[in-house]
Amino acid sequence: MTRRLVLRPRTGWQPLELREIWNYRDLFWMFATRDIKVRYRQTVLGIAWAVIQPLATMVIFTIIGRFGKIPTDGAPAPIFYYVGMLPWFLFANSLTAAGNSPLASQHLIGKVYFPRLVVPIAAVVTSLLDFLIGFVLLLVMMPWFGVHPGLQILALPLAVGLAFLAALAFGFWLSALNAQYRDVRHAMPFAIQFWLFCTPVLYPSSVVHTPWKRMLLSINPMSGIVDAVRWCVLGGPAPGPGLLVSTGVIAVTLVGSLFYFRRVEKTLVDRL
Amino acid sequence: MSAPVITAIGLGKHYRLDRRGSRLRFDTLASSLNGWVKRLASGQASELDTLWALRDVGFEIAAGEVVGMIGHNGAGKSTLLKILSRITAPSEGLAEIEGTVGSLLEVGTGFHPELTGRENIFLNGAILGMKRADIAARFDEIVAFAETEAFLETPLKKYSSGMYLRLAFAVAAHLQPDILIVDEVLAVGDAAFQRKCLGKMGDVAKQGRTVMFVSHNMGAVRSLCRRGLVFNGGRLEFDGRTDEAISYYLTKTAARAGDDDGLIVFDESERDPAAELSLRAIRLTDSVGQVRGFFDAGEPVRVEIDYEVHARVRGVRAMLQVTTQEGEQAFVSTDHAMREPEQPPGRYRTTCVVPGGLLNRRLYLIAVGFEIPRMRVLVPRREHLTCVISGGGNQGSTYPEDWPGVVCPTLAWKTDPLPTD
Repeated sequence: MTRRLVLRPRTGWQPLELREIWNYRDLFWMFATRDIKVRYRQTVLGIAWAVIQPLATMVIFTIIGRFGKIPTDGAPAPIFYYVGMLPWFLFANSLTAAGNSPLASQHLIGKVYFPRLVVPIAAVVTSLLDFLIGFVLLLVMMPWFGVHPGLQILALPLAVGLAFLAALAFGFWLSALNAQYRDVRHAMPFAIQFWLFCTPVLYPSSVVHTPWKRMLLSINPMSGIVDAVRWCVLGGPAPGPGLLVSTGVIAVTLVGSLFYFRRVEKTLVDRL
Repeated sequence: MSAPVITAIGLGKHYRLDRRGSRLRFDTLASSLNGWVKRLASGQASELDTLWALRDVGFEIAAGEVVGMIGHNGAGKSTLLKILSRITAPSEGLAEIEGTVGSLLEVGTGFHPELTGRENIFLNGAILGMKRADIAARFDEIVAFAETEAFLETPLKKYSSGMYLRLAFAVAAHLQPDILIVDEVLAVGDAAFQRKCLGKMGDVAKQGRTVMFVSHNMGAVRSLCRRGLVFNGGRLEFDGRTDEAISYYLTKTAARAGDDDGLIVFDESERDPAAELSLRAIRLTDSVGQVRGFFDAGEPVRVEIDYEVHARVRGVRAMLQVTTQEGEQAFVSTDHAMREPEQPPGRYRTTCVVPGGLLNRRLYLIAVGFEIPRMRVLVPRREHLTCVISGGGNQGSTYPEDWPGVVCPTLAWKTDPLPTD
């Protein structure tokens, strides 16, 4: 039995062909482990970065928070910020990595065939590892600050998984845009910074009082996720309908960005 | 003839150009949205120039055929390979492929300098499409072929360029697809490496796999391929026997503007920025300095090679290779003995004179390359010019006989009558 391939001009919407990505899982794994190995072999800082980034930001936010008298919903300030930042950095770093991935791999893309979706997905894996390292540090810090997690912490993998999906959803879209248009990569850091301020990381979402404003906040899918992660670790009121809105936004974006990526996939090599 | 494994019908590929003639139109999101709004407002599509890299290409390749694809740079060969390798999609037409495709568009794709030889073998193999289990099964063979057992756990950045190439080719050589597509990978590497590559590709062909081979090395094309496809200006202009295809390529297809009889000038902007040495021009002149491509059999041919050294080099030699159209090597000559061993950056011209009365009446291919012997190749040896030796046979015959042999030296013959007893 031989495989038969038909190569035709590709215009318009294409089928997702997710099964092909599964066939290339070996390659995906190679890319992911390569990126991790290279990162940790090149500098001593490689491992430390996973810890320095959230820790340094935590210190800065604690200082700002104390200065601006920003409430922290009863939790010790450093922990409050750290817990919010872990999923945020997972999202932001994944998004940046996915967005830059076609350019980073443009040489490969021009020379070899493989389903291009593998590239942004593999780029995101390093951030996941960083998250895990940061999380281990959190577990070490928590008893120090006298915070003990309740049973809700078991729901944490779900919340993290949702953050990961959010990163992929926007990451596919961003990577497709970045490969086609030169100006996107310059706007990216600013957009992500702006996004941070729209997400309750520096402040708790309880700061927003009116319910309809709350709903508006939850259109930003990361709001729901950061709230959910805070709930898992620190307890407090369970996340409300805001989380459902966030999940909905993520799902729609994920499907949309997958189709968009597939639609422009074949032209990527011509545009890079 | 067995069933075709590759069928192409009316394949074409175009790129849209903006008004400045550059390839990327609307390459910023801002301008793209702008253009979209304008289109909505005016109700018509903007006019753009289209560059056809490939147009109306059709052919059928049967299982087990070894086909050479030749043509000048920009003729469309690499574009066709990219389409068949699924890297880019055609703009029109259709191609049907039966069987697995392995593409070698460069050697060592995906190699990362920080990873070890072992890790790179798995990475490169996966990139080429092999499953991890397959790579593991063939691992020992690959390492043996590359002759790098001792360096498996060393990071690739410590490898010499020769080892790098051997390793890269070793992985690629164990691909075993039904259809192998190869793009000029033989251009890199020294003579020993090229021989090894050719040998392996010959084996692949003997195993009954189909091979599509793009090269500028007419000798390689001739020895491996039975059939040749000649591309010119994006179109397939000839499809037939290899020697006829090579003939067609040399005589009927025009090289880039700027190439004249006996002269080729290399575009500054096209040179590899990392190269230590780059060719600038090659000139064939007669004894009064006039640039020509046609010479009489008795006159000397002066070969001038202009090049530029970008980084101080040591022990580099220029190689001049003269081959007949049929693939017989006339000779290879080098300026090694006559040169300073070290050369600081700057522009240089190395010249030699091929004496008249040496070469036979033929069409010759002039190839030039630069290398450090047994170490590395700085400029791969490529055929850049043709030279035609014609005119009165230098054996004194008044009849236009076909004289055998590549060299046709005028020897001093002396006849004396012998005394009778």
